[in-house]
Amino acid sequence: MAQTKPRPPLPYNMRDIVLPGDAACPGCPIPMAWKVLAAVFREKMILVIPACCSSVVVGAYPGNSIKASVVHVAFASAAAVASGIAEALKRRGINDVQVIAWAGDGGTADIGMASLSGAAERNHDIIYIMYDNEAYMNTGIQRSSSTPYGAWTTTTPIIGKTEHKKDVARIMIAHGVPYVATASVAYPHDFYAKLQRARRIKGFKFIHLHAPCPTGWRFDPKYTVHIAKLAVETGLWILYEYYDGKIHLSGPSRPYMDPAKRKPVEEYLKLQGRFKKITPEKIEEIKKYAEEYWDWIKRHM
Amino acid sequence: MVGQDLIIEPIKYRVPLSKPKKGVAGKTGFWRTERPVVDKEKCVKCWLCEIYCPVDVIRVEPETGPTIDYDYCKGCGVCSNVCPSGAITMVPEE
Repeated sequence: MAQTKPRPPLPYNMRDIVLPGDAACPGCPIPMAWKVLAAVFREKMILVIPACCSSVVVGAYPGNSIKASVVHVAFASAAAVASGIAEALKRRGINDVQVIAWAGDGGTADIGMASLSGAAERNHDIIYIMYDNEAYMNTGIQRSSSTPYGAWTTTTPIIGKTEHKKDVARIMIAHGVPYVATASVAYPHDFYAKLQRARRIKGFKFIHLHAPCPTGWRFDPKYTVHIAKLAVETGLWILYEYYDGKIHLSGPSRPYMDPAKRKPVEEYLKLQGRFKKITPEKIEEIKKYAEEYWDWIKRHM
Repeated sequence: MVGQDLIIEPIKYRVPLSKPKKGVAGKTGFWRTERPVVDKEKCVKCWLCEIYCPVDVIRVEPETGPTIDYDYCKGCGVCSNVCPSGAITMVPEE
């Protein structure tokens, strides 16, 4: 019998790169996203990982839970080391290996901001992926500048965070890099398409990946994908790409441009223990912020 | 010659490099409190459980349906949550 159906790249290409038995918590979104990376690049990637959950997830010496090269670096230097490796590969004429800086929101929005900005300005040929679990989960759920408004953390224990989330994707668009995108672990096909587009573009590529953390956000591990989906369906997390000087809204987010089609924000918040003490006024503030973001998207499409 | 002693050969075999290996954190199946059980009659072979599985223990083949490696499955329940036909149920471990 001849092969009737072509084998889809997801899941056939993602097999056997991220190995079972890593040190992640149950329901962790990090290996989920790595599997999509594996589907695109297979072993041909060099992951540069600063101090974050991922450096724990790959495991301790002598083992390594991902079949790719991993470079562990100091917290602030992910983008700097990645640009150095990319330049060295270019000098040696190696073109088929992709350098990926894989950093958390603390290592990107707070501590690694300076080296990230420098690498973006020099336009090195790397992909920078910021997986955003919205606090310093590895060290015990401290507030980061990427934590959303009203969220509980161990350093904002009583009334929650009183500032809005720092939007790194828009900061990177302001740098004028060739490619910026937002993605979510709940939409692996969308993330796959974005990585495929990014690998064909020369220059600095930035992807902001939304990754719900069961431990830090205080929800049942089985809802990781469900909550990431709800963030898109309520319009709080918008999937878009920026290239050729314009915003291109991605497929999963397109229906939610119309506020009537969005799910109520409360549905997303009530599943998470970190929003347990949130007041109705704060929910209004979150809705207002999301609406402003949508206005910005519509203006730049 | 003194200068020759200063030339250092690149060390290839003594550098403590980590090698890819299954189970860096041990057999993570011991962490499990609930076990995913597949009803192969209900399964529509959409691959969603395999795509989303954070530990990469599920393999779905069009002929045989899903198989789960219980040695490493952490029992997070993501597969049962994303399954569109409700073929995966979480059963408490004894």
